[in-house]
Amino acid sequence: MTAVLGGRPEGLTSISLDDDLDPRARLVVVGNGMAGARFVEEVLERGGGEQFRITVFGDEPHGNYNRIMLSPVLAGEAHEDEIVLNSHDWYADNGVILRAGVRVERLDTAAKLVHAADGTATPYDHLVLATGSYSFIPPMTGVRREDGDLLPGVYGFRTIDETREMLAATSRCRKAVVMGGGLLGLEAARALQGHGMQVELVHAMPHLMNAQLDAEAGAILKRSVESLGIGVHLDSLASEVLGSEHVEGVLLQDGRRLDCDLLVVAAGVRPHTDVAVRSGLEVERGVVVDDQLRTDDPDVYAIGECAQHRGSVYGLVAPAWEHATVLADVLTGTDPTAEYLGSRTATKLKVAGVDVATMGVNTPERDDDEFLVISEPRRGVHMSVVIRDDRLVGATLLGDTRKVAFLTQAFDRGSPLPEERIRLLVDLTDGKEEVGVADMPADSQVCNCNGVTKGAICGAVADGCGSVGAVMDRTRAGKGCGSCKPLVKQVVEWAADGDVAEDPAASYYVPGIPLAKPALVAAIREQDLRSVSAVFAALAPGGAEEARSKMGLTSLLKMVWGVDFVPEKDGEFINDRVHANIQRDGTFSVVPQIKGGVTTPAQLKKIAEVAEKYEVPMVKITGGQRLDLLGVRKEDLPAVWDDLGMPSGYAYGKSFRTVKTCVGSDFCRFGLGDSTQLGIDLETRFQGIESPAKMKLAVVGCPRNCAEAYVKDVGVVAIGNGRWEVYVGGAAGASVRKGDLLATVDSPEAVLELTGRFLQYYRENANWLERTYDFVPRVGLEHIRRVLLEDSEGVVADLDAGMQASIDAYRDPWGQDAGEPATPGQFRSSLPLVPLPQVPVR
Amino acid sequence: MSVSTQAPEAPTTPGTETGTPATGVAVPGTAAPPAGRAYAVGRAADVPPGEGRAFVAGDVQVAVFRLRDGALHATQAACPHAGGPLADGQTDADVLVCPLHLYAYRWSDGSSPGGAGPLRRYPVREVDGVLVVDV
Repeated sequence: MTAVLGGRPEGLTSISLDDDLDPRARLVVVGNGMAGARFVEEVLERGGGEQFRITVFGDEPHGNYNRIMLSPVLAGEAHEDEIVLNSHDWYADNGVILRAGVRVERLDTAAKLVHAADGTATPYDHLVLATGSYSFIPPMTGVRREDGDLLPGVYGFRTIDETREMLAATSRCRKAVVMGGGLLGLEAARALQGHGMQVELVHAMPHLMNAQLDAEAGAILKRSVESLGIGVHLDSLASEVLGSEHVEGVLLQDGRRLDCDLLVVAAGVRPHTDVAVRSGLEVERGVVVDDQLRTDDPDVYAIGECAQHRGSVYGLVAPAWEHATVLADVLTGTDPTAEYLGSRTATKLKVAGVDVATMGVNTPERDDDEFLVISEPRRGVHMSVVIRDDRLVGATLLGDTRKVAFLTQAFDRGSPLPEERIRLLVDLTDGKEEVGVADMPADSQVCNCNGVTKGAICGAVADGCGSVGAVMDRTRAGKGCGSCKPLVKQVVEWAADGDVAEDPAASYYVPGIPLAKPALVAAIREQDLRSVSAVFAALAPGGAEEARSKMGLTSLLKMVWGVDFVPEKDGEFINDRVHANIQRDGTFSVVPQIKGGVTTPAQLKKIAEVAEKYEVPMVKITGGQRLDLLGVRKEDLPAVWDDLGMPSGYAYGKSFRTVKTCVGSDFCRFGLGDSTQLGIDLETRFQGIESPAKMKLAVVGCPRNCAEAYVKDVGVVAIGNGRWEVYVGGAAGASVRKGDLLATVDSPEAVLELTGRFLQYYRENANWLERTYDFVPRVGLEHIRRVLLEDSEGVVADLDAGMQASIDAYRDPWGQDAGEPATPGQFRSSLPLVPLPQVPVR
Repeated sequence: MSVSTQAPEAPTTPGTETGTPATGVAVPGTAAPPAGRAYAVGRAADVPPGEGRAFVAGDVQVAVFRLRDGALHATQAACPHAGGPLADGQTDADVLVCPLHLYAYRWSDGSSPGGAGPLRRYPVREVDGVLVVDV
């Protein structure tokens, strides 16, 4: 009970220096809580250790600890050692004198001395008050003994010592009353209940968390809390604490008696201003400071919860840390003009098991404030926003905080809000249509890849483009990543006022050949068409080749024919022609295969040597856990591959690319399966397989999902006992979609088999450039399950055989073309003379 | 039209191995090409059917393409839209498509259905196995 948190094992040591020999200014901080210690950290970070001799006074004997974490400690979810921020050693190591357990009585601002309760007087040049707050104990008969101490069994909830005592009490007490239905009270109630105590919550206001929530949200929270088994008494004041030696209960004003053997008072906090008052500083609710956190004495500052800035006193840590930053800037001279202009307070936390996020105001304050509320009491969800002059000035989210990121951004930055306000709180329909098409201004960008505005699309329609495809060809809208295609379609339909021609090409696999994929594949097989030019000659209108169709046909033919495909370089996109990814300055990026993200020192050395030898301007770790050599000159590609001596990682193709993995069971203490090995096995088996669009996979060793398997084309998740979940159709790119659970299987071999089956089914049935996240919902998960798991169409054996044929046809493209170019000048520079604007490289 | 045989007998194929810029050789005394001067830029065999390759004619970068039907086209080497390497583009009988952002350009007049451009084109012909471009 008496251990010093963050203490030095051998006890306190102090550093003494001869004052006269130390040229540094004396900086004294009164208060060793979240604000004071953070301020010292900020000063040290700015090199303030050379400017200042720093002394910190702390009431408590402990080092600096995270007061926010007291609730988890009380709940038994965190150990007290985990909440130490700065131990005594930290102060010693940084040359800071910590006077822990020494209470400061007053300042002599004239003599510039700090008088402490131990009788010492410490001189200062700059003094910072960071005395924080204390628990407010409402006046109740019997709450204190004659000596002024709280009646045994009654606790505030502010310090580690109080927390320790309460924790000890939980083992011998059975009934608790918590006074105060704010954040802290709710957390205390939940924590005590978790220790098996019967808990009653008494709150003086008509609804819970009244500082943050409106009445309706408070009512919903009350139901959630009550459903946990905690009794809630609103509008209730305790007038008397019962018991003489130890607390026995409380008497409410309405005469009711609540028995208890533990009473927690969490009825709010008050700024600790005693020292400031005794020192003659200006104090209102808190110590009054200006925008540089200076009190009315020019050498005394105040930060954190004890400070009152522009009328506001904050009870949150974020403003305290902002204070610390500004004051450190000012005092160290890093930025002598730094100013603190107030905080916009936002909180996000879990209260009694319920997610709560609040920011700004919670109710409309002016006549023309917009106020939007969505309330679903049954689901325990309540959300509201307050909008003033088209800016978000407040939001409350209870039970559903999915929109908190967007709202926080809008709140902090004042970013524009959607016309349909409801979108602030919920994602409507498919989430793709951000605002109504008719409401979009003409200059709003529809296609971000190609910079096409709504106006340009409407112009194309006005110029006679009668179909979505024609508009896309004319404007290039939707021809980048393709994620805007649905919106392009909507804009076209709107601009044409319904008069949109049916786009026959929409169902074609590629635009140049008027056949859907199944018919095209059938014709290719029937007529034994093994090259792109043969397909055009046989199936295209007039035998005409079509540039944009070539790449899709090449991919399809490789899948259909495997090794028997007849390659034609002009049928390939440049990436496939040189097996590297073209960059915007005409150079290429080279990504060697690193299976499952696992590499070796030898591989790393080799990559580093190659990067140096060829003066690669940037080496970057890709999103797929590989190393990307960016800016390789086209003519250097064969030599780069040769020197690397590693296979292509296919980072450029519409093909199987990579398998992200977490560390799995080898080293991770949570790993339930060997995800690393399974990732390597998957990548080995399916390397280089062509497909309608890129295929990115991941395997994770437990549902913590460190390698993001839930948002991959195929994601595999170990769930223990040798079982693996296989998800399909996930995405985390331009579209975000959690994959659908296809099946749970019980061996890595089964994962490999099912993955191959799914990929082959996708390869055979998806449209060109259709990612799995569009394919799976289009075809339907249930249908895919029936086909792949129940063999409802009798194709499983064919799928397995088709995939195996492609696997057998794998050859490393670098190995082929590095030795001998496939065509004359395959690696000849395409921009030989004039230097082009280079991609800026960090 | 005849072309002087002062074109080098075995023109270098610059850039292939060394990456150094190609050096075009002026072909003097030709029957006045419609614009500018004629340069022998490289061997015809350097441009495979369906593909493009980049050369230098004087101080002008050009991309030369051989379509699958044998037709030769020469254009500026950098895409008018964002400087993309057009020689790396894909072709058919009607258009050239830049590899960077897939803008298409018509061989016939250099115009782009996508609104970029226009693309500058140059007369190109094959003389005794040598590509000759007028710039």
